[in-house]
Amino acid sequence: MSFWLVLTVNSITFGGLLFLLSAGFSLIFGLMRIPNLTHGSLFMLGAYVGATFAAGLAGMQMNFWLAAVVATLTVAFAGALAERLLLRRLPGDQLAQVLVTLGLSFMAADFCLLIWGGDPLSVATPDGLQGFARFGTVVFPLYRLAIIVIAVVVAIALWLMLERTRLGAMIRAGVDDPDMARVVGIRVSQLFTIVFALGAGLAGFAGIIGGPILSVYPGLDQDMLPLALVVVILGGTGSLLGSFVGSIIVGFIYNFGQALLPELAYFVLFMPMLLVLLLRPQGLFGRHVP
Amino acid sequence: MNGTMNRDMAGRIFAIVVAFGALLTLPYWMHGIYYVNVASQILFYAVFALGLNVLVGYGGLVSLGHAGLFGVSAYATGYMLQLGYGHSLAIVVAIAMGLASMAIYAVLSLRSTGIGFIMITLALGEILWGLAYRWISLTGGDNGINVPTRPSPFGYSMTNATVFYYVTLTVFAIAIALCWIFVRSPFGAALRGTRDQPRRMNALGYHVWAIRFWACLFSGLLTAVSAILFVYYTQFISPQTLALTSSAEVLLMVISGGPGTLLGPIFGAGLVVVVKNVVSAFIERWNFLLGAIFVAIVILMPEGLVPGSVRLWRLAMRQRRKRAAP
Amino acid sequence: MSALTVSNLCKSFGGLHVTTNVNLDVEPGERRLIIGPNGAGKTTLFNLITGELTPDSGSIKLFGEDITRTASRRRPHLGMARTYQIITLFARDSIIHNVSLALLGLSPARWNPISNMRHQGHLIEQGLAALERVGLAHIAERPLSQTSYGERRRVEIAMALAQNPKLLLLDEPFAGLSIDERQDVHKCLMAIPRDVTMVMIEHNMDVALEFAERITLLHFGQVIVEGNRAEVVDNPRTREVYLGH
Repeated sequence: MSFWLVLTVNSITFGGLLFLLSAGFSLIFGLMRIPNLTHGSLFMLGAYVGATFAAGLAGMQMNFWLAAVVATLTVAFAGALAERLLLRRLPGDQLAQVLVTLGLSFMAADFCLLIWGGDPLSVATPDGLQGFARFGTVVFPLYRLAIIVIAVVVAIALWLMLERTRLGAMIRAGVDDPDMARVVGIRVSQLFTIVFALGAGLAGFAGIIGGPILSVYPGLDQDMLPLALVVVILGGTGSLLGSFVGSIIVGFIYNFGQALLPELAYFVLFMPMLLVLLLRPQGLFGRHVP
Repeated sequence: MNGTMNRDMAGRIFAIVVAFGALLTLPYWMHGIYYVNVASQILFYAVFALGLNVLVGYGGLVSLGHAGLFGVSAYATGYMLQLGYGHSLAIVVAIAMGLASMAIYAVLSLRSTGIGFIMITLALGEILWGLAYRWISLTGGDNGINVPTRPSPFGYSMTNATVFYYVTLTVFAIAIALCWIFVRSPFGAALRGTRDQPRRMNALGYHVWAIRFWACLFSGLLTAVSAILFVYYTQFISPQTLALTSSAEVLLMVISGGPGTLLGPIFGAGLVVVVKNVVSAFIERWNFLLGAIFVAIVILMPEGLVPGSVRLWRLAMRQRRKRAAP
Repeated sequence: MSALTVSNLCKSFGGLHVTTNVNLDVEPGERRLIIGPNGAGKTTLFNLITGELTPDSGSIKLFGEDITRTASRRRPHLGMARTYQIITLFARDSIIHNVSLALLGLSPARWNPISNMRHQGHLIEQGLAALERVGLAHIAERPLSQTSYGERRRVEIAMALAQNPKLLLLDEPFAGLSIDERQDVHKCLMAIPRDVTMVMIEHNMDVALEFAERITLLHFGQVIVEGNRAEVVDNPRTREVYLGH
């Protein structure tokens, strides 16, 4: 019984982490109509930067949460730079933009190898969350529960941003109909930069938050990108609710799949993605078809 | 006007003859088995890239899952040999399985075009990778499958690097010839039509889906053949060969060289293989270089290096002629 | 037997009814003009006739044969050809290649992966003949990217004529043309023999009215008025549709 409970909580935790990773991916896909193939690399970059600052850089050791903020801002900045300098040169050419994000993922992966080497970095669980919570006989690491809380908080914040702010309204308009949005006076290309930076920042944040659980290693980008893809295809591009629901579903499929059907673990993960692409391409809550 | 066209034609034929002569005699002027092997790699990767180019360059369908298909044929070869069957049967089965997988790929992915097609092929590639990685009882998982021997066609053992090179060169020559014929044919013209104006083609009476399907099968044949050469070359197959990065690399070969041309994929294959094998000795982070070249080409020279260079060359020649004539 | 019979054709997108109970009867050899204000559903009607859109109800008969369920790619093989409002030709290729592709579409050679396209003599011959009919045979080798808009319109008409259609659907063939270009296109169209039935959508009343024998006026997806030139022009409902009163 406790095995299932632990598996369930782990699934929700992983789902929370996936949400942090995929929310940005979904917004970028929804607004710019491209799957950002650099997204896994941004996750990994955030994890590396955060891990470095948390462990101590140039004699300066940072509080985990402060390191997380620094990592988020760094990756957001990198994303904004990539969008302004590279993607913006290919306006409307989605295929070319996808190829650029592909090339960037190669560059980012090697960049991380260059700076941080081939050995995995472990990230210490932040102070105060190192303990366990007891529910009867079952024990859960506090940090895993914290991730769930963080994911929910971020989800609410994003929802508020999208529904209640002017920026959010512009983003939603751009996701629904970029041409109409332009006609109404929304600076869609500026919006692209903002959303790309936001998405990148979220990915970087997810990376460092996931650090204590996943650690950081070369290849982390290749492990996480497909998951973000599955979440967003299942949940629907451009939909926050879709990302949330999709993340939980994928969190469960991934964890239960690994535990119960290890030989078919990835098959069980990507098959639903394929089925959705074939039968209901807009996903569960998507605004439009990829 | 006709004068320059004939000069162009003559120049091209001359270049092809020289190139082929060089390739034919390569083991004699290239010093070192290492470089002969690099040449072999370039040639079978070129066949792979030519196969992908049928879809990307001539069909307008960008696939990010071709490494999965490549892997099917490679694993089929390895698996058949592991079961104790001979090389001939292994090769036949590998090609058959490759074509069957491609047929399934095509039926599933041709429901979509553009970004949708990319996503479906990506998903299919990941599914195949996941199976290779996790279906340990079949594929050995991360340990992969070893291929202890290479075949000996007509008694010449391919364990010898020079023999391997010549077999690969023969296959490459056949592949290029097939592609050349294909591109010039009415079917090739129809395929290019579906790339440029699919709606118009449908209105003109063409069966766009069927054209793309058959193009996929041709692509699948070239992919299968290159995979068999690959697995005999490395004498090992592991899930890494089916990873997204591998699909990205072959796409890089096509895009960087020049999609929709015959020389482009060959040049692209050469570029990637040389960077991986030769440049990597000097620059450790060659993946960064590869990615940077790719990004630069997509932004600055989207038609690819071969057509782009030809265009710049012609421009330079025209400037030169203008300056020379008063 | 009529060339084209459309019976009670209906099409809606969700709550939007784009075509409502359209009936059309075009005699062989007739020159029919379809007019109506923007958004009347004229191009939608063409898309339904060519099969690019599937009707919700109703039927379409081509020379007596029910083609309502026939795939759109089969209809050119049955003698239906069409031009588009927005020119979508093969810009990377030459004029003659464009026309050859139109001819290839109906030929079993289109499945041939072996022969050389350039050696398909019959395609090139017929292609040049079609270009001759629109006055462009002398620039057959020119890349399409180096042609004017008016020339491209004529290439499109050549492509349609090359397929030897029994029914030719023209969607605003005069749109965007200069006065001279309009004369050229008009000449081509008038020269088309009576064994080709023609249905044209057009806004430009000067050229269109001269061409038309019978006129169908569409508004909000419905046939409002139908008849010969005089009948339609004099009909008060025509004025209503265009001027709102």
